[in-house]
Amino acid sequence: MLRFIVRRLLQAVLALFVLSVLLFAWLRSLPGGVVSALLGERGTPAAAAELRAQLGLDDPIFVQYWRFLERALRGDFGISNGVYRGEPAWDVFVQRLPATIELSIVAMVIALTLAIPLGYIAARRKGGWLDTGSVVFSLIGVAVPVFFLAYVLKYIFAVQLGWLPPSGRASVGINATHITNMYMLDGLMTREWDAAWDAFKHLILPAVALSSIPFAIIFRITRAAVIDVMEEDYVRTARAKGLTARTIRGRHIMRNALIPVVTIVGLQIGALLAGAVLTEKVFAYQGIGQALAIGFERRDYPVLQVLIMMAALIYIVVNLLVDIAYAVIDPRVRTK
Amino acid sequence: MTSLTKPGDRKKARIDSLAEAGALSDEEGVSLWRSAWHRLRRDPVFLIGAVIIAAFVILAVIAPWIAPHDPAARLLIDQRTTQNPVPGPQPGFPLGADDAGRDMLSRLMVGARQTLIVGVLATLGGFAGGMVLGTIAGGIGGWADTIVMRIVDVMLSIPSLLMAFSLAAMFARPSQWTVILAIAIIQIPIFARLLRGSMMAQRHSDHVLAARALGVRPAPIVFRHMLPNSVGPVIVQGTLVLAVAIIDAAALSFLGLGNPDDTQPEWGQMLGRSQQYFNTHPEVAVYPAVCIIVVALGFTLMGESLREALDPKSRR
Amino acid sequence: MTIRKVAAIAGTAALALVLTSCAESQRDDGGDTGGDNAAGDNADDTNATGGDGGSAASDATLVFGAAGAPTTFDPFYASDGETFRVTRQIFQNLIGIEPGGTEAVPELATEWTSEDGLVWDFAIQEGVKFHDGTDLNAEAVCANFERWADQNEAGQSPSGAYYYGNDFGFGEDTLYKGCEATDEFTAQVTVSRVTGKFPMVLSQSSYAIHSPAAMEEYDANGIALEGDAFVFPEYAQEHPTGTGPFKFESYDNAGGTVNLVRNEDYWGEPAGVANLVFKIIADENARRQELEAGTIHGYDLPNPVDWQALKDAGNQVLIRDPFNVLYLALNPVADPQLEDPLVRQALYHALNRDQFVSTQLPEGAEVATQFMPNTVSGWNGEIAAYEYDVEKAKDLLEQAGKSDLTIELWYPSEVSRPYMPDPQRVYDQVKADWEAAGITVETITKPWAGGYIDDTQASRAPAFFLGWTGDLNSADNFLCAFFCGDDNQFGTSAYPFHGELQDAIAAADAEPDEATRTQLYEELNAKIMSPEWLPGLPLSHSPPAIVVGPNVQGMVASPLTAEDFSTVTVTE
Repeated sequence: MLRFIVRRLLQAVLALFVLSVLLFAWLRSLPGGVVSALLGERGTPAAAAELRAQLGLDDPIFVQYWRFLERALRGDFGISNGVYRGEPAWDVFVQRLPATIELSIVAMVIALTLAIPLGYIAARRKGGWLDTGSVVFSLIGVAVPVFFLAYVLKYIFAVQLGWLPPSGRASVGINATHITNMYMLDGLMTREWDAAWDAFKHLILPAVALSSIPFAIIFRITRAAVIDVMEEDYVRTARAKGLTARTIRGRHIMRNALIPVVTIVGLQIGALLAGAVLTEKVFAYQGIGQALAIGFERRDYPVLQVLIMMAALIYIVVNLLVDIAYAVIDPRVRTK
Repeated sequence: MTSLTKPGDRKKARIDSLAEAGALSDEEGVSLWRSAWHRLRRDPVFLIGAVIIAAFVILAVIAPWIAPHDPAARLLIDQRTTQNPVPGPQPGFPLGADDAGRDMLSRLMVGARQTLIVGVLATLGGFAGGMVLGTIAGGIGGWADTIVMRIVDVMLSIPSLLMAFSLAAMFARPSQWTVILAIAIIQIPIFARLLRGSMMAQRHSDHVLAARALGVRPAPIVFRHMLPNSVGPVIVQGTLVLAVAIIDAAALSFLGLGNPDDTQPEWGQMLGRSQQYFNTHPEVAVYPAVCIIVVALGFTLMGESLREALDPKSRR
Repeated sequence: MTIRKVAAIAGTAALALVLTSCAESQRDDGGDTGGDNAAGDNADDTNATGGDGGSAASDATLVFGAAGAPTTFDPFYASDGETFRVTRQIFQNLIGIEPGGTEAVPELATEWTSEDGLVWDFAIQEGVKFHDGTDLNAEAVCANFERWADQNEAGQSPSGAYYYGNDFGFGEDTLYKGCEATDEFTAQVTVSRVTGKFPMVLSQSSYAIHSPAAMEEYDANGIALEGDAFVFPEYAQEHPTGTGPFKFESYDNAGGTVNLVRNEDYWGEPAGVANLVFKIIADENARRQELEAGTIHGYDLPNPVDWQALKDAGNQVLIRDPFNVLYLALNPVADPQLEDPLVRQALYHALNRDQFVSTQLPEGAEVATQFMPNTVSGWNGEIAAYEYDVEKAKDLLEQAGKSDLTIELWYPSEVSRPYMPDPQRVYDQVKADWEAAGITVETITKPWAGGYIDDTQASRAPAFFLGWTGDLNSADNFLCAFFCGDDNQFGTSAYPFHGELQDAIAAADAEPDEATRTQLYEELNAKIMSPEWLPGLPLSHSPPAIVVGPNVQGMVASPLTAEDFSTVTVTE
């Protein structure tokens, strides 16, 4: 197990290095650039040339990469030039990551708590109206563009009904202590209940919008897996042995059916990040997705580099954790 | 149940099982299609999807002739002011106009054609790219297979929509073609895996072995014997990709990465560009959104029911 | 070469007009900011909210929605509106701007005089304290002038002290010569040549007066170039120290709020609210919805299509006088066909600008007759608009032998500017008009920072849309931004009149007498718009707005977007 983890980690380091080279070259080959983003209509060819020279953008790309690598190895990932000018890009990432993690976790919790029971029930009553209804519902979930769903939710619950705040992460005037920068968690840890409640209210709408696609996918996987497992011999055997329905459900059906579900949850981390770019834009939510969008708009190379590299790293690590979770759930993997 | 030890394996397994389904020998394939058709005919999910798709395709073909107005003509531009940027419904313009004074109904109708073009071309592009990679991997095998499949696995591990954003941002001049290309590229690994799996399954099937024994060269074997037998899974995947392409085009437009030229309307672009009216004139967004949802649902319903009908496992 | 504003000829004369106006508007003791507001020429119902502000100071909080994060809290190193909106509340300048207008008024200097236009005496307001408790005096003012001039390489970059680099310049050619405290409250500033801009440039937000002690303590000049970005010193990030009605409290990066508190020791009328919070909301729709939900009290630059609905909901949409210009630039370097004046005239006559303004731009927008709005001195009222005449356009093209003209038209994507709320709709109009005149239009579009700015500035685009929002009431600020230099965006170096144009701009700027200068600019504007010159096609002036909720009083909209939040009060 340890050797397996070490090997996977080494592979990850190599992959990240290759990615950093490609990313670096690609960002700088994008049309336009940080200079025109900084100067706008105030730019003149002379001013732009001066700034390009000062920022070292005239040097050959490998020279620029070498400078970047040298500093990155010292833990210096450059300074933001657009998202937060003057702020180290790493700090931008550290500040915004907890926001996106919090949002993703709440979205995933919503997706899982709805999709798994619904998937199980649908599978047990395969072909019934509940089954057909939830299948169609999940297909609609995939067919609705995420950002449109986000707008509709916001329009109904924030603008028309006024139940929930329309954007952001916290209300002005909530004087909260921030430890982890996950605002809801912070509120709970410091027992500032009003801050936690405020943060939660800000999370609901974006999380629901973000959960639509994971919900649909997890629902379908759960349903399919439960149908598969129910036909397996060991379930029939268990039933023949006269085990209670509860034991069969818990120990045989769900345990086995959850294996593919866990995998798909891991895969959905990437999808959540993509969805976060759209959802965070709609809700002006200060997370990674928003920083990515603004970073592209203003050609903020250092921030884009850190965000994309770290997203890749997180993706790799989460998938490694999923593999380990597998080993825990599935005894066959464990004994190998 | 197969043991899946790596993340992504489930995704891959889904693709692979689909590939196997179509990779049977000719005779079995015929009976597979027959039984699938037998099941599909009575499947309400499939029928609903098929009706939606048929209506959509017919509309896309005949739209320019039945649309009441030229979708690019700014007929009601003089009615537009910033106080009332979207001229409302009036005689001859049942749905009103968009923010450039162009007839909304005509734009929606003609939009079906552009939407279909984006969906079909993106899917064909993904299929073509996938076919090249899949044929190299599945047809040659050995080291080519290893290299190609490594690349495909890496591509599969990147969230597809993020990759589409990055690809679309890469092009100096965004256009309809860059949107199509970005969406096509993210479909390549899926098609490649599908076709490769299908070919691997056929490598040792009787009709391929027979053809090889008769001295048929590799290329004809691939194109005349192996590819036709992969049609089933390709069609299933194709219908699903069409839905994704239409939705992704909207997402790209929403992020400002879509086709900026809107003289020829496309639903995703109409929705993506309507964000500034979500507050005051939500209908401008709702019309194309409903079209997209219905058509995407149609393709998904059809794709899913086809998948189920062709899946050897569900035939038990 | 960062200095774009060319000023060559030195002259000597008394600036009688300036002096008279300054002496008259000398500030009374006790600083009646509220009174100034009411007296502001342009402060009518459309651009000021009810109440005269500055009334009973409450402990209320005003939350204002900002579109982006400030780049720094030291305005000297900034050139963007999001930064200036914040720093204007913390800092003050020697010369202020009249509320609701564009004219210069005394602020930290009660008056300024000069015999020869080279040596200027600034009388400094007495009894003013910086936020750190130190006193404002002539020495402090001179310390600021010295600090501006004493910039390292990063500070001299166009991305550092952009305004200073343009207005004063660094190195040998610098306009700044020296500053001396002749007595405790008189600062004598010497400049190296006469220019119409000085001392009015000092009203720009960048030239805020800082506390010398705080600048020393937190290394205000320590801007540095690190790798591929600029790093601002501690002063600019956490310790901006001015004399304004609000003090800097904190900046919450993660949550996206800038918090200011009332300066209880303010030398003038204390601010109407105890806390001023700028909440950064990156999405336009979200800002509007936050206002509707009552979680913010206002935001800047509401989309014109939302104005009516915002008003219907009881909000106050304050429309600023347009202080910008949107133009269609033509560049003969990119496309030699445009060297023929007949072609340029034809392109102009083909445009239906009345329809464009009435359908695409907000109320209050005007058709432009020249490259500056009518509020700038030097605007020429006698220039007639080129009338919309498709037949004439076709005739002109035929005369030029270009009946089958094909032209590339560029517009930017992913951007909205105050002078151009929706670029694509602007493009739609021009394309339709030109096609009606038989011109074939080839469309090119690029993202704003993704090639559009680069290519248009580098003379690669034959016809493209761009605009300008004025920094101050100065014709030079408009004309020089467009036409100065041999590599300007209009490619005028390809025209025979290029040299004459350059000389005329420089001569007007160096003219010491204000009346003569204004006349020179009027003549220059007429020349630029004459059929022979016509280097580009000015389209429109579009009024930007600022919106505040029904419970906000005392906000005075400024054409220069220099709103003063200290006069604003909130009723709960």
